[in-house]
Amino acid sequence: MSYDLSHEEILRYSRHLLIPEVGLEGQRKLLQSSVLVIGTGGLGSPVALYLAAAGVGRIGLVDYDVVDFSNLQRQVIHGMEGLGELKVESARRRMLDLNPDIQVDVYNEPFTSDNAMRIAAEYDVIIDGTDNFPTRYLTNDVCVFLGKPNVYGSIFRFDGQVSVFDARRGPCYRCLFPEPPPPGLVPSCAEGGVLGVLPGTIGTLQATEALKLLLGIGEPLIGRLLLYNALDMSFEFVRLRKNPKCKICGPEPEVTDLIDYEAFCGVPGHDHEEGSAGVDWDITASELAQRLQAGNHIRLVDVREPHELEISRLPGATLIPLGQMAARLSELDSAEEIVLFCKAGTRSARALELLLSAGFRKVKNLKGGINAWAREVDPSLPIY
Amino acid sequence: MPNIRIPTPLRVYVGGQSEVSTQGSTVEEALVDLVRQYPSLRPHLFNGDASLRPFVNLFVNEENIRELQGLNTPITESDRLMIIPSIAGGGS
Repeated sequence: MSYDLSHEEILRYSRHLLIPEVGLEGQRKLLQSSVLVIGTGGLGSPVALYLAAAGVGRIGLVDYDVVDFSNLQRQVIHGMEGLGELKVESARRRMLDLNPDIQVDVYNEPFTSDNAMRIAAEYDVIIDGTDNFPTRYLTNDVCVFLGKPNVYGSIFRFDGQVSVFDARRGPCYRCLFPEPPPPGLVPSCAEGGVLGVLPGTIGTLQATEALKLLLGIGEPLIGRLLLYNALDMSFEFVRLRKNPKCKICGPEPEVTDLIDYEAFCGVPGHDHEEGSAGVDWDITASELAQRLQAGNHIRLVDVREPHELEISRLPGATLIPLGQMAARLSELDSAEEIVLFCKAGTRSARALELLLSAGFRKVKNLKGGINAWAREVDPSLPIY
Repeated sequence: MPNIRIPTPLRVYVGGQSEVSTQGSTVEEALVDLVRQYPSLRPHLFNGDASLRPFVNLFVNEENIRELQGLNTPITESDRLMIIPSIAGGGS
């Protein structure tokens, strides 16, 4: 199919047209191609910006969140004027400002087993920029079933991983990670933090791989996993091979349809911070404040990391970081009433499980963590 | 004395180190020595029955030990054993 570039397009893409590997033919390919970006957060920001700038003709964005002030440390596609706006709309505005000639389709909904096949079927390349295990397994399975490349990127603090999973030509995500880690073992970015520029590094690598796939040039990262560490400034590669026992792309697949990914991973399909231990074990910040004011003796246990105490603290709390809890249970008295807390309630919910399995019963989880305390009880504390 | 590369999520259990030097001539021996030095790492690598947890990926140099001889894969001082974690963050 021929597609003639206008004079304006020739000027806009002149730096591409100068590269023999791209040229007019390659630019035409890009203009007629489509990419689906799942997640418009840290990874999705650079991916969407660079693909828009490169002239990928049709870009789909899937996200259901709104832009939050704490996103701006790394989600550079959004800005102050987008605060409170749907991320997909905020991102689309910026992309069309960069390049009004492309089409940006927005899906303001969670990516789920119900809509994933329908949405992904329309695109040439799928980019996994999500923030949670259920959506990563879902994205992989959809790509295996539809026979599409999945440009994978994942980050944690200073670490990043990048690969291209294409079950037609190499391994899939499940070949490497047949099963998700147990819930709570790997902290999310909302709990563990992330260096703001890290998703920039990893996202631009994902955008690079997507462009190579669309252009059909270079060596895609199929069968290789890139491991990046920002502190060591190390880029290392390992070889990935198809796993003959892979439950979805192996010779005897067990997974032949999309499944319930939240049940499979045991965690919700989003990285929302607010943690709960379930109604029986939660206490709200207001309730806790009332009980303390009424003179009840309650042992407050802070399970955060020591450096977080510089941000906010509750007076009289004992610090036992979650990682040390199992070894330091003897410091707690099961006869005492205990309330565990962290930043937002996720780590303390895990600590609560540890205490319950050790026989503690008079123990509660501060729902929403010290951030909820700051919102409901003591506004002099910052929220982070 | 092969070195084991520790990924960021597990560094909290090894005093923040990025690599730990271990004793052993197979992957299993090196791992057993690693968790002997840092017992709080044990539940992250091994099940109660001492089998490797299924989400733990181990690579000797560039190869997954699954493609080699599994936990019995021999390693020497010049080899590098890497633990590759599942991470899911997207910077949300």
